[in-house]
Amino acid sequence: MAAMMQSAMPTSEPGYSFSQAPQSVAGGPRQHGFYPYTDNGGTTLGITGSDFAVLAGDTRSTSGYNINSRYAPKLFKIGGTGSANEGARIVLSVVGFAADGNALKERLDTVVKMYKFQHNKEMSVHACAQRLSHILYNKRFFPYYVHAILGGLDENGVGALYSYDPVGSYERETCRSAGAASSLITPFLDNQVNLKNQYDPTSGSGLEKVTKAPQPLSRQTVEELVTDSFTSAAERQIEVGDGLQMFIITKDGIEEKYMELKKD
Amino acid sequence: MPGFDFSNHNRNLALHAKGVPLPKATSTGTTIVGALYDGGVVIAADTRATSGPIVADKNCEKLHYIAPQIWCAGAGTAADTEFTTALMSSNLELHSLSTGRKPRVVTVMTMLKQHLFRYQGHIGAYLVVAGCDPTGAHLFTVHAHGSTDKLPYVTMGSGSLAAMSVFETQWKPNLTRDEAVKLCANAIEAGIFNDLGSGSNVDVCVITKDNTQLMRNYLTPNTREKKMRDYKFQRGTTAVLNEKIITKEDITKYVTVQDMGDGEPGVGEKMEVDA
Repeated sequence: MAAMMQSAMPTSEPGYSFSQAPQSVAGGPRQHGFYPYTDNGGTTLGITGSDFAVLAGDTRSTSGYNINSRYAPKLFKIGGTGSANEGARIVLSVVGFAADGNALKERLDTVVKMYKFQHNKEMSVHACAQRLSHILYNKRFFPYYVHAILGGLDENGVGALYSYDPVGSYERETCRSAGAASSLITPFLDNQVNLKNQYDPTSGSGLEKVTKAPQPLSRQTVEELVTDSFTSAAERQIEVGDGLQMFIITKDGIEEKYMELKKD
Repeated sequence: MPGFDFSNHNRNLALHAKGVPLPKATSTGTTIVGALYDGGVVIAADTRATSGPIVADKNCEKLHYIAPQIWCAGAGTAADTEFTTALMSSNLELHSLSTGRKPRVVTVMTMLKQHLFRYQGHIGAYLVVAGCDPTGAHLFTVHAHGSTDKLPYVTMGSGSLAAMSVFETQWKPNLTRDEAVKLCANAIEAGIFNDLGSGSNVDVCVITKDNTQLMRNYLTPNTREKKMRDYKFQRGTTAVLNEKIITKEDITKYVTVQDMGDGEPGVGEKMEVDA
């Protein structure tokens, strides 16, 4: 019997043995665990143009190898009127821990709506961006476990995109992807949006070659790049798939587009 | 004594109180299934290989050859399923040659379990063994620790629950060949769509007493649509600092050059390339 107790139990973890088990004695001190965060996978992406901003996200929600939902949007309209956010001009995308994402959206939406009631004017994207940073930093030691991207049009009507880390560090950018497939999409965007590692084919030769300069992209080009980013990410990232939701913010409002992604 | 054996119950309670966790069952992403039918046996597998959350291979082969009439579906550590089945295949061939008989499925199953038990689960091979021999059609599962099961329908891998739910709702005794193939393919599809560790295509293998039919990519429900943009770079996008041309004549000094013409290049599957 004693010999049997020494041997390993059949577990999936190779090499498990009783000697590795927690050695707490009944009645003695016992360590407890509290793990309030989970990762719900998915990816978001934002690209701006001269008079528009595009925000996109896949609609799959996962935990481990399971699919929680094939349609759980990560994109939210902020401000406007009522629960449908009619007339809103700002979009928030959140990826990471979905429950925190929803809580953050709820908070920011309330703030933007209250601003209009108190000041009788719409909140600018610039102001909303800074407020979001403060909301995130307010929970510096129990953060919202999300990577947020905020999109809209600035006071000159130019596409504006702000991206955040979980504790509120933020920056205005022209292009950003976040979440499970960000490491796959970012180098693609560097090459296709910022034209990195590309020389002008018409310029000189050898060391005289001139690098290509990034130009503002047309709305159609951006939509195509976004679609290709997500169909490609769905091929190689198991947590990305099911559906692609896209919000295009222009001076006329927010246009929503949806297309199916692979479901495997 | 009839009924369940509860003799370990008190021991397990004592162990749990001491803080010993319950053994956790995990398996790396895959769905593999098998089902017996009247006149033979069918096994099937998905074709996704993963490393963490990344898809390593979109169309890998999880159906392994053991003997002409014995095949194996593998889940778990890819290298372990590959090498274990190859070793069994080799040893079984020698065994067959020395006995002068056709190899039997129970023999492979026994060799596998003894090999895997010796390594105490460190060889992470989870297998569905199926085949036809002079004693009939057989279907087994072999776990990495060496335990085996003999059942009319089986599933393994991370998609095993999704696949088994199909078997448990649709399986019936005395299936025909076509019914068994369809059922197995359905079970794999359940894994492909509901388990993130499984995906892409369905491979099926049907073994009867005098024939084996491997149907590679029997179903392809996840073909990639065309990309919206063309990503071909214009010539001159990369700076060329230095150029040297090696002719075919130069290189023949070192290697044999064979002109394949413009037709289908060589053998094997075509590589996926951009338009």
